[in-house]
Amino acid sequence: MITGLEKDIVRILQEGLPLVSRPFLAMAERLGITEDTLIDAIRDMQSRGLIRRFGAAVKHQALGYTANAMVVWKVEGEDAIRAGEIFSAFAEVSHCYLRENSGGWQHSLFTMVHGKTGEECHQIARTMSKASGLTEYLVLFSTEELKKNSMKYFTEE
Amino acid sequence: MELDSLDRDLLNIIQSDFPVTKEPYKHLADSLGTTEEDILARLERMTENHTIRRLGGIFDSRKLGYTGTLCAMKVPAERIGQVADVVNAYPGVTHNYIRNHEYNMWFTLLVPEKKDIEKVLAEIRIRTGLHQLISLPAVKLFKIKVNFDLTEG
Repeated sequence: MITGLEKDIVRILQEGLPLVSRPFLAMAERLGITEDTLIDAIRDMQSRGLIRRFGAAVKHQALGYTANAMVVWKVEGEDAIRAGEIFSAFAEVSHCYLRENSGGWQHSLFTMVHGKTGEECHQIARTMSKASGLTEYLVLFSTEELKKNSMKYFTEE
Repeated sequence: MELDSLDRDLLNIIQSDFPVTKEPYKHLADSLGTTEEDILARLERMTENHTIRRLGGIFDSRKLGYTGTLCAMKVPAERIGQVADVVNAYPGVTHNYIRNHEYNMWFTLLVPEKKDIEKVLAEIRIRTGLHQLISLPAVKLFKIKVNFDLTEG
């Protein structure tokens, strides 16, 4: 469950932390609460996992990870669980999800693979294939970015 | 974009261990052996040049009560711009990419209520006249790593 105050904190935190000496004081004043109350509430939201991570979202292309590929694997059942665990151990894999099959889509294990070049992404996929024994996969590169935003939660209330 | 070693150390720390304390920038300055002014100036510069996309909370959408899915759609090449306008108009669509597959448009959708997923997808089908649109919600999450180690770079 999430309280009204926590929703207010989500709204204000998604505007970004101000670059001033006491950023939480500046935010607390806008919320009409004390700095201590805000800091305690944020720490509580971290410990409950509502805030998965507190800090900077960094643009990885800016850091030399210029290529990324969505590599999707055709696999089912127990094999999918085993492969998901193997893939998660790869440092080059940022995200690994098993997704529901629908509309005839059969490549249900999804991995986001990051490298310096497209060829490096292919190479990582080949290594993942050998490590897992899965041979049916697709390497999907993004050729155009149409939208990339941070989600704004609780804006319609 | 030029990053010096202190920028990299700073980014490494604030990606995962940003201090939630009264004077966080002073705290970072002390642990990196510099001044608060220097830390603030570096963060301002890296925010302006978009190395830092956002400084704040990264939330667990499920724990906030939201439901998400990944959608894939077959869109004729000449209609990509127009279809993107329809799809991107939904605030819950946060990422949308063209990829090299017959399902060429891939977007993420987050909504406050689970039933809204089918409602939004039905609207997109009606507004675009395109029906090959599938939703692939996650059933198991193995890894979400959002920070990158910069010390080797």
